[in-house]
Amino acid sequence: MDAATVLIQAMNGIQYGLLLFLVASGLTLIFGIMGVINIAHGSFYMIGAYLAWSLMGWVGSFWIGLIVGVTVALLLGLVLEWLFIRFLYDRDHLQQVLVTYGLILIFSELRSMIWGDDVHSVPIPELLSGSIQLTENLAYPIYRLWLSGVCIVIAILMFLGIQHTRLGMMIRAGESDREMTKSLGINIGLVYRFIFALGVSLAAFSGMISAPISSVFPGMGSQVLIVSFVVVVIGGLGSIKGAMIAALLVGLIDTFGKVIHLDIFGVNIFPEMSGMSIFALMALILMLRPQGLFGREH
Amino acid sequence: MTDALVNVTDLHSHYGLSHVLHGVSLDIKRGETVALMGRNGMGKTTLIKCLMGLVPATSGSIRFRGQDIKSLATHVLARRGIAYVPEGRGIFKNLSVKENLLLAARPGFEGRMEWTYDRVLDSFPRLKERLIYGGQQLSGGEQQMLSIGRALLTNPDLLILDEATEGLAPLIAQDIWSIIGIVKRSGISTLIVDKNFKALSKISNRSVVMVKGGVVFDDSPSKLIEQPKELKSWLGI
Repeated sequence: MDAATVLIQAMNGIQYGLLLFLVASGLTLIFGIMGVINIAHGSFYMIGAYLAWSLMGWVGSFWIGLIVGVTVALLLGLVLEWLFIRFLYDRDHLQQVLVTYGLILIFSELRSMIWGDDVHSVPIPELLSGSIQLTENLAYPIYRLWLSGVCIVIAILMFLGIQHTRLGMMIRAGESDREMTKSLGINIGLVYRFIFALGVSLAAFSGMISAPISSVFPGMGSQVLIVSFVVVVIGGLGSIKGAMIAALLVGLIDTFGKVIHLDIFGVNIFPEMSGMSIFALMALILMLRPQGLFGREH
Repeated sequence: MTDALVNVTDLHSHYGLSHVLHGVSLDIKRGETVALMGRNGMGKTTLIKCLMGLVPATSGSIRFRGQDIKSLATHVLARRGIAYVPEGRGIFKNLSVKENLLLAARPGFEGRMEWTYDRVLDSFPRLKERLIYGGQQLSGGEQQMLSIGRALLTNPDLLILDEATEGLAPLIAQDIWSIIGIVKRSGISTLIVDKNFKALSKISNRSVVMVKGGVVFDDSPSKLIEQPKELKSWLGI
């Protein structure tokens, strides 16, 4: 590979990693703060992508679609927390998985009823449709750069929000001692509802902004869910910082795994076996550091 | 209406299958300091957690300022004016000392703001030197000061302290007792659980002794000291 290809692939890897972070951060927040394993998280990503597609056809503007879609996702999150999730905080993980698996089936069926089972594509918004010329014969799409930039801004806002706002203090306090947080007059139930809705919106937003660079298809939720879980496990359950590092690692390894050619004793390790690479990384991390890179020991 | 702040009447509570509180009745007047005594497992912490809404009461009534509060959520009780310093202090380890305090700061019932961030720091100079420390970096005594300071910042009418000086060196414990004295003089009602019978009796207006989930004694501390035989069987002293 020449330097330009490496650069392009590195940018693709980072962009994929940042997108994974947006999805995985919601997952790890909901687990770390509320103790809920939410396997329906990928469904919100899928819903986001389908919303982007249908709103695009409806209102004709990617941007208005984005605003409407995030609002819809936020409301969906608030309602779901109130209807189902709030009953799961004191339950064990098996019950959480069963309820959220039920949600996957419901959303998958609803998607099939509302949007059908076809594969769709969303055009890149005109404003960001060009490319930037990197070298004489290599260009990089502006949309991908914009997407990375948006993810970075959201990540920074999240870090600042958790470290420096009153809501962030409440979130950290609730994580440390739920009873004591309530005893200081803080309505922790309301904080949880907001966090859950925020996680749902982040997942849906990721689905929406990734729609123009990948296709919109029925199984996209479970696909992203599995990779997000790999990210959360590698980074350490509940750690936002860990999710960021792990997402970038996974993004880069997955991307480079598909372009590197490596044969060992005549067996094609890459790219033939690249699909396994991130799981191999997870297995390695689990062996060396079972709590993940930034997870706390239990 | 009497000048009672808290009226607990015939309170029962269950922990799973075990019946922990067997009809507890207890009044706390405004400005009164009440010592809650009894051996381990007699129901003191359960009673406190019922008052705080952390453990459900199965029957009986809890009134606060004359209003029934038995089925209210914990955060609502805290906003009505009950503050809690739990056994083990309940410090948020992942928050700094300053954040622990700021998180709690709020006007009390009817908007009173007697305890402000600055006043708490003036009353607990040790905390002032530790503001940017994480909650887990404090010594036991400092943690207890933080827990009390934090509770005061909610501007409560009733402060509940469970195991106020447990695990503290005698000198540090003395500091805590003098802080409780400050709280008492500021007119806040307190309900205190502690193993130090002497110090607790000295500071309280009333002693309440619990045995097997019921109140067996409720009178002045001096009357309790006059009953050495009962003291031995109730408290082992």
